[in-house]
Amino acid sequence: MRATRSIEIGTGLFVILGLAALIFLTTQLPSSGLKLSFGKTPGYDVTAEFDNIGDLKVGAPVRMAGVRIGDVTDIGFDNQSYRADVHLHIYPQFSQIPVDSYASIDTEGLLGGQYISISPGGLTTYLTNGSQILQTQSAIVLENLINKFFANYSSSSGSSGKGAKTPNQSQNPQEPHP
Amino acid sequence: MSNAARPSAVFDGVRKFGITGIFFGRLLLACVRSLARPGLIVAQIFNAGARSLIIIMLSGLFTGMVLGLLGQDVLQRFGAETALGTIAALALLKELGPVLTALLFAGRAGTALTSEIGLMRATDQLTAMEVMAVDPMSYVAAPRFLGGVIAMPLLVAIFNVIGLFGAQLIGVELLGIDRGTFWSQMQSAVSMRDVTEGIVKSVVFGVVVSLIAVNEGYHAEPTAEGVGLATTRTVVASSVLTLLLDYVLTAIFL
Repeated sequence: MRATRSIEIGTGLFVILGLAALIFLTTQLPSSGLKLSFGKTPGYDVTAEFDNIGDLKVGAPVRMAGVRIGDVTDIGFDNQSYRADVHLHIYPQFSQIPVDSYASIDTEGLLGGQYISISPGGLTTYLTNGSQILQTQSAIVLENLINKFFANYSSSSGSSGKGAKTPNQSQNPQEPHP
Repeated sequence: MSNAARPSAVFDGVRKFGITGIFFGRLLLACVRSLARPGLIVAQIFNAGARSLIIIMLSGLFTGMVLGLLGQDVLQRFGAETALGTIAALALLKELGPVLTALLFAGRAGTALTSEIGLMRATDQLTAMEVMAVDPMSYVAAPRFLGGVIAMPLLVAIFNVIGLFGAQLIGVELLGIDRGTFWSQMQSAVSMRDVTEGIVKSVVFGVVVSLIAVNEGYHAEPTAEGVGLATTRTVVASSVLTLLLDYVLTAIFL
């Protein structure tokens, strides 16, 4: 009897553990799943509006001089101004950020994730809970940059593309006959 | 005998497929009957699942840690270390979790099933049950099969979760990728479809590995050597079939 009991308890624990893992995988991993928030960490919340947030995601870090000072808690859309409304959560020890600070969206490395970088302003009044960062710069979308570059390149040098091809074409027929 | 060896080997192979197919049908019928005795199924979930927990958790942890190291090393060359969470999650959910768990499960629980049932066959316990009008299919085979099928997806889920935390342990705590970036990149890249693919794979592998293990044991030659051979065949057949089906399922889901 005791053996069956311990088997039942063991099985129960195993099944609960497995189901918990399944629930974790289905709710916490996909972007469509509902997210559990593990309580509110201390600190204060500020907002910033961007013309284009690029690939910024909830949970991305907020950095000042490269040091992590907070994270992105929510990304919304403002129906009046047609801009992205980003909510930032700043950790409590970074309480002296000037109100005229400048927020921009930067990329970690060439292909890395994006984060919000804050450059300090000069005023001595500081951001508090609920205040908004007014000066912002959108994310730099790499594809747009490349498009612009090629648009400029092709308009400035229309004939040089042809000239670059000819040496290649003359080289190929020569190779089989040394 | 030696002249007829080649065709008979082919016929034996075909016959084996037929035997397994018929056995699968009988097993499914027996599963319905065995639901009347849930205690037996619980005991088999314990045998197949709870007892494999330690090996699964350890393997999951180290698989995740290796993914963390390898991902960091490779991604660093492209300056994309922040994609580590995405790569670890997709690799674990879609491929490594189901496949490695199925292979470990075949070695840990499949062999135990085959040798147990094979030994019952060799010592005439199954025949004795038939004599006593107890159906060995629904009393012995079906609970073990169901136990394996139920335990497998749960083991895969545990493997995946532990593996993710293993990858985080290396990537975030040791190599200094930002924790928020790791998880947010992962969450935005993983879709519900990826999670479903992993679950479907784990159920299919659970059915395949359990079926092979129970079938080999049930049809083992009733000698000491026959049981040993059946156990070997269980590991070989379920490992090969797992990898083969993994390819097919990946192609279907893509």
